[in-house]
Amino acid sequence: MNRKKLATVWLDGCSGCHMSILDMDERLLEIAGQCELVYSPLVDQKTFPADVDITLVEGAVSSDADAEKIRRIRARTRMLVSLGDCAVTGNVPAMRNSFGTEKVLRRAYGDAAGALLQVLGQGVPQLLPQVRPVHEVVFVDVHVPGCPPSAETIYSVLRELLAGRKPDVTSGTRFGA
Amino acid sequence: MNPAAEVKTLVIDEMDVSARADQTILEAARDAGAWIPTLCHLDGVGDIGACRMCLVEVKGSNRLLPACVTRVEEGMAVTTHSERLVKYRRMILELLFAERNHVCAVCVANGACELQTLAQLHGLDHVQFPYRFPALPVDGSHERFSMDHNRCVLCTRCVRVCGEVEGAHTWDLMGRGVHSRVITDLSQPWGTSETCTSCGKCVQVCPTGALFEKNKVGTKLPKSRDFLMHLSVMRGGDR
Repeated sequence: MNRKKLATVWLDGCSGCHMSILDMDERLLEIAGQCELVYSPLVDQKTFPADVDITLVEGAVSSDADAEKIRRIRARTRMLVSLGDCAVTGNVPAMRNSFGTEKVLRRAYGDAAGALLQVLGQGVPQLLPQVRPVHEVVFVDVHVPGCPPSAETIYSVLRELLAGRKPDVTSGTRFGA
Repeated sequence: MNPAAEVKTLVIDEMDVSARADQTILEAARDAGAWIPTLCHLDGVGDIGACRMCLVEVKGSNRLLPACVTRVEEGMAVTTHSERLVKYRRMILELLFAERNHVCAVCVANGACELQTLAQLHGLDHVQFPYRFPALPVDGSHERFSMDHNRCVLCTRCVRVCGEVEGAHTWDLMGRGVHSRVITDLSQPWGTSETCTSCGKCVQVCPTGALFEKNKVGTKLPKSRDFLMHLSVMRGGDR
């Protein structure tokens, strides 16, 4: 059987959307039977493979590493799905945009912890001036709002996509759901 | 002739409808059971056509007309739902979301918000316009209520209910375009307002999480607008 290749990625989000994926419980077995999970924070695969059929993206584009990662993923994915409000709208991570990255870093790591110099040093991805939703950086095929989208919503989206159909998303979820 | 006694006949979504000459397309459509989405409209206060959600097509007119402020006319043919109308209504909603910071997940009105509900009803799954992420203040100076400008859609329900029903006219509008803001008195902290009677009508009619009662969030924030119809009936109005 020709099983579809599925990937999930985690950009700037709280991992709640991935928790909601796991919340599908026994339906995970049904989904697992129809696809092969080739890349995910849930599996031990370090590089994003080529020729992926469906990729679920959790989180907004927040750092230079996020932007680079999502461009590479887009080039290697047939159907890119923004999963959850952070990917779709920027949501909570984007709340820093109204203040400015520098000011927020200073507040969180300087004033609060006295560790600003370490944070601004090398070895960690640099935060972009603004957090942006995924579709403002690369083309997105399907948007699934929700914080997080329910397991039921994710299940129906995956079921439809694996069957080669475009899912009806907003009947079951909304911004902030 | 008294317009309230004059009857006009028109067609709404291919239904033959009769309406009083002083009624709007929105009122006539509702009487006939046709649903037109609204956001700034509120039963019990005057209409101003601010949000444009209720735009309808009228045969013979190239322009779309706001149903809440357009009077019925004899022989009018109105379409309340079409691909074109849905496109523009979605666009209006997207612009509202992009203009300020509507972070539904952490909003006090999550699950009890008219903007959020309208977005879902219109199948809005993302916003195609770039978000502006403006820096906007929250005024928590009032003893019982707060004003969060991040969530305001400038429907001016608060302005109208305060002026027309409470008679205090504490709220008003300041600035133009994206710089418009609702203000209390002479743009001063709400808690220092000398005209505010703390009646809370503005809070009850606010469609989003812009005006809210302190310590009440989400589903504990049911806003009740019933008082408006009771008040207008008791005062002898027909709205």
